[in-house]
Amino acid sequence: MNTLIELAYLVAAVCFILGLKQLSSPKGARNGNRIAAVGMVIALAATVPQRHFTTAGVIIIAIGVVIGGAAGSFGARMVKMTAIPQMVALFNGVGGGAAALVAVAELLSFGQHPAFEVALPSVFSIVIGSISFAGSMVAFAKLQELMTGTPITYPGQQVVNGILAAAILGFVIAVLAVASIPFSFISLMVLALVLGIAFVLPIGGADMPVVISLLNAFTGLAVAASGFTLNNFALIVAGTLVGASGSLLTKLMSDAMGRSLGNVLFGAFGQTRAATAAVAGKEGRSVRSGSAEDIGTLLAYSQRVIIVPGYGLAVAQAQHAARELADVLEKRGVEVTYAIHPVAGRMPGHMNVLLAEANVPYEQLKEMDEVNDEFKNADVALIVGANDVVNPSARNAPGSPIYGMPILNADQAKNIVFMKRSMRPGFAGIDNDLMYDPKTLMFFGDAKDSLTKLVAAVKAA
Amino acid sequence: MSNELLNELTFFVLSIFVGIEVISKVPTILHTPLMSGTNAIHGIILVGAIVIAAGANSPVNIVLGLVAVTLATTNVVGGFVVTDRMLEMFKGRNQTAGRAQGAEAQKQAAPTKESTPTK
Repeated sequence: MNTLIELAYLVAAVCFILGLKQLSSPKGARNGNRIAAVGMVIALAATVPQRHFTTAGVIIIAIGVVIGGAAGSFGARMVKMTAIPQMVALFNGVGGGAAALVAVAELLSFGQHPAFEVALPSVFSIVIGSISFAGSMVAFAKLQELMTGTPITYPGQQVVNGILAAAILGFVIAVLAVASIPFSFISLMVLALVLGIAFVLPIGGADMPVVISLLNAFTGLAVAASGFTLNNFALIVAGTLVGASGSLLTKLMSDAMGRSLGNVLFGAFGQTRAATAAVAGKEGRSVRSGSAEDIGTLLAYSQRVIIVPGYGLAVAQAQHAARELADVLEKRGVEVTYAIHPVAGRMPGHMNVLLAEANVPYEQLKEMDEVNDEFKNADVALIVGANDVVNPSARNAPGSPIYGMPILNADQAKNIVFMKRSMRPGFAGIDNDLMYDPKTLMFFGDAKDSLTKLVAAVKAA
Repeated sequence: MSNELLNELTFFVLSIFVGIEVISKVPTILHTPLMSGTNAIHGIILVGAIVIAAGANSPVNIVLGLVAVTLATTNVVGGFVVTDRMLEMFKGRNQTAGRAQGAEAQKQAAPTKESTPTK
C-alpha cells in the first residue's frame, strides 16, 4: 500500500515538473497548468487511503474543502484581470498560513522534546509560513489600495525589525534546545506575523510584484519544510520546486527593473526623502496640454504611432478602448504598435494579459528591446497611464529611486502625448521630466474616457 | 542521520536544481501566469493539512485542522482557476498564436525580428 502511495506521489511530482516546463512556453502554458492540477488531484487522492480518519477529522476536512473550494473559485472567477496581482498575493498568503498551522499541529503532537530533525523544519515552517501570510496580506492591502502604496517608514525601523528577528531567533533556540511548549511556538508565530508586516510596510506599491514573488518562494520553502516534518515526499518535492523557481523568478523580475533584490527590499530607507526633495525642487514648471481634437488630428495624420500602455490603462479598464483607437488609426493607414515594458502594469507580463483580453493581435505587441530603436521613427508616442517606465530620470538622475531601470525611449518620438489622470507622480512616487518636455502634450482624464474621445476625434479628422 | 532523512535531503537538493532549470527560459509575457501557477502548486500543503486534520481528536487539533484545510484548499482551487483564466486569454486566435510562437522562438535564437517571414 505504502509503495503505491509513494508511486502516486512520484507521478504527481512528474506532473508538477512537466506542468512548470509547459508553463514557460506560450503554446503549452494552459496545458501546463492543467497538468499541474492533475498532479495535485493525484497527490490528494493518494493521501486519503493511507490515513485513519476520526469522525471529527472527516467532518472538518469536508467543511474546509467546501469553504476553501468555494472561496478559491469564487475569488478566482470574480477577480478583474487588473486585480490579478493582489489575488495571487492573497492565494499565496493563505498557503503560507496553512503551512504554519500544519507545523504548529505537528509540534503539538510531538511533545516537549521532539527529535531535532523534525523540530527544525517545523519551526522553519512556522516562521517562514507566518511571514509569508502576513507579508502577503500587506501586499494585498497595498495593491487593493486599502492602505497607502507609498513606502511606510519611521525612525528606528531597521532596529525594530532587527529586534523582531533576534526575538524570533531566541524562540527558535528555545523550542529546539530547551522545550517545545505551546507558549514558545505560538510566540514564534506571532512574532513572525509581526515581522512579515514590518518587512513589507517600507516597500513601495510598485515593487509589490517582486515581493509577492519572493513570498511565493517563501511559501514553497515552508511547504517543503512541512514535508520534512511529515516525512511526505510530495510536499518536499513540490514545495522545493516552487521555492527554487520562485526565487529565480524573483530575480528575473528585479532584473527587469534594473535593480538588485536587496535594493527593492531595503531601498526605501533614506531614499524617499531624497525623492521628495527632488519633486519639491521641480515645482512651478509648466506643461502643455492639448484638446481631444488637437491630439486626434495629430494621430490621424501620423504614419507611425507607438502606444505605451501602463497601469493607468489597466485601472481604467481601457484596453478595449485602446484597441478601438488602434483600429480606427489603422483604417486610415497609420501603423500602430504597442510598446510593452517588462514591468508595465503591476507584474511582468501583466500588460500582455490585459491586451490579449482585448484581442490585440500578438504581432502588434513589441517588447522593450525590439521597440526601443523604433521610437525615433515614430510620429507619436501615445503614453496611456504609464509613467515610471518612460521616466528619463532612470537614465540621467543617479539619485532617483528608479535610476538604472531600463526604460522605453518614448522621449525620442517626434511627438509625445501623455495621457494621465493628473500630474500626480507615478507609482514609484517620483516626478517625470518627460511631462515638461516641449514635445509633450498632456491629455488629462480617465484613460478610458480620453481614449473614447480620441476615437471620435480621429474619426472626425 | 537516518536513511529516510538522507533520502529526503536528496529529493530536496535535486528539486532545487530541477526548479531552477525548468523555468530558466521563460518569456516575460508568461511571468505572471508562471508565478500564479507555482503559487497553485504550493497548495500541495493541502496534503499536509489533510494529514493533520484526519486524526484530529482534541478541540485544538480540530480548529487547527479546519483552518489549515480551508486555507490550503483556497490556495489550490483559487491558484489553478486564476492561472487558467489568465492563460485562457492567449487562446482563441489560432492564426496569431503560431506567429507569436515563432517570434518567441526566434527571439530566443537571435534578436533579429524584422525578417519574420510569417508576418
